[in-house]
Amino acid sequence: MSEAAIHRAVAIVRPPAGSVVAVLDAATVRAALGDVPDPEIPVVSIVDLGMVEDIEVSSSRIRVELLPTFIGCPALDAIRAGVEARLEAFGRAVDVQFDYRVPWTSDRITPDGRDRLRASGFAPPAQLQPDQPVLVQLATPVACPNCGSRRTVLENAFGPTQCRSIYHCTDCRQPFEAFKAI
Amino acid sequence: MSVAAVPGVAVGELLRSMADDEFVIGFSDSEWTGIAPQLEEDVAISSLAQDEIGHAAALYALLGELTGEDPDAIAYDREPVAYRHCRLLDHRRGDWAMTIARRFIYDTADGVRLEALAGGSWAPLADLVGKLVREERYHRMHASVWLDRLACGGDEARSRLLAALTTLGPDAATVFSPLPDEAALIEAGILASPMPELETRWRTAIGPTFATLDLPMPPPARDLAHGRLDHGEAFAWLWHEFNTVRASEPGVTW
Repeated sequence: MSEAAIHRAVAIVRPPAGSVVAVLDAATVRAALGDVPDPEIPVVSIVDLGMVEDIEVSSSRIRVELLPTFIGCPALDAIRAGVEARLEAFGRAVDVQFDYRVPWTSDRITPDGRDRLRASGFAPPAQLQPDQPVLVQLATPVACPNCGSRRTVLENAFGPTQCRSIYHCTDCRQPFEAFKAI
Repeated sequence: MSVAAVPGVAVGELLRSMADDEFVIGFSDSEWTGIAPQLEEDVAISSLAQDEIGHAAALYALLGELTGEDPDAIAYDREPVAYRHCRLLDHRRGDWAMTIARRFIYDTADGVRLEALAGGSWAPLADLVGKLVREERYHRMHASVWLDRLACGGDEARSRLLAALTTLGPDAATVFSPLPDEAALIEAGILASPMPELETRWRTAIGPTFATLDLPMPPPARDLAHGRLDHGEAFAWLWHEFNTVRASEPGVTW
């Protein structure tokens, strides 16, 4: 292998902000996708939200299968662009595919993602119990992200984006938003 | 299921009817943005409308994959006569009671339709339906809360709701208008039950709510065979509205 070829081989497996890895695998790609923020709630990444369903790496391309959080989410193009920009440095064609093969649900948000939502003032979604009536659960109060109180009131199931609801805390008297349980 | 086994024409008609329903109700409801009766409702109805337009876009995209057409062209570039939404959606927006009555009728009927499509044999649609069902729960919750509020909210609210139900009633069941070649959809395992059966299921589902609130159940549809045809003056007006930007500069994005 020529020296130039070795340089190229090292370059294509070097993540922009990380250490050199021997082989580009799905785990490395997934770690890189942890840097791609959700455009509407940038404190969480698309990995935190559980949007990354599948990653396939071949010698010439990287295919990323993403699950939209909401069907009409206007941020999907921005997310696609974010993924392409982040993976560009791996030097392979990037194929971002959105589909509904598995329905995204709010239960896919990771524990880290839930913590990050809470820390930035968003209540994480209630976790839906399959044996309980869904509509009752959707209307159940969530804990206030500011003071932890459960004495909260759903002001509006619909909020400034499709994935958010608006609540009011009767203890600390603050309004707050919650990620919709879905 | 192999591609050859999918009854393409019948699936296309099904997708067109569902996409047009979502597009027309989404566009109609978006007219409340900025002028809804309360600030919370302005946010809610706008978000609902955004959901519906998103659902329509996903359904038009599936239809486009089937027919090779551009989804935007399907949504915008047809003459009014070629749209296949149901007549329930061929009424002017009217007052808030009209919007709520129509949303309740549509959301409950759409829920029954989606149930009959969930787990169907054509994966692209069954997968999308799996997602639609979750989002539509919020729409039904919204419509139920408001129906209750108007029915029990004093004389004026109740009389407006009753007037809306009188106007919309004869078109309520047009969500279940027969589809061209519906039998092929059932044969292929894409649709679980024929439309008349779904209408019966819907009436059973909404019966207790209408009885509790002492509201008149919608009568049988006045012209079910043409329930997705012959759109009137109200739709002609809306069609001009939603085509204004596109017609002003073909191919423009906004």
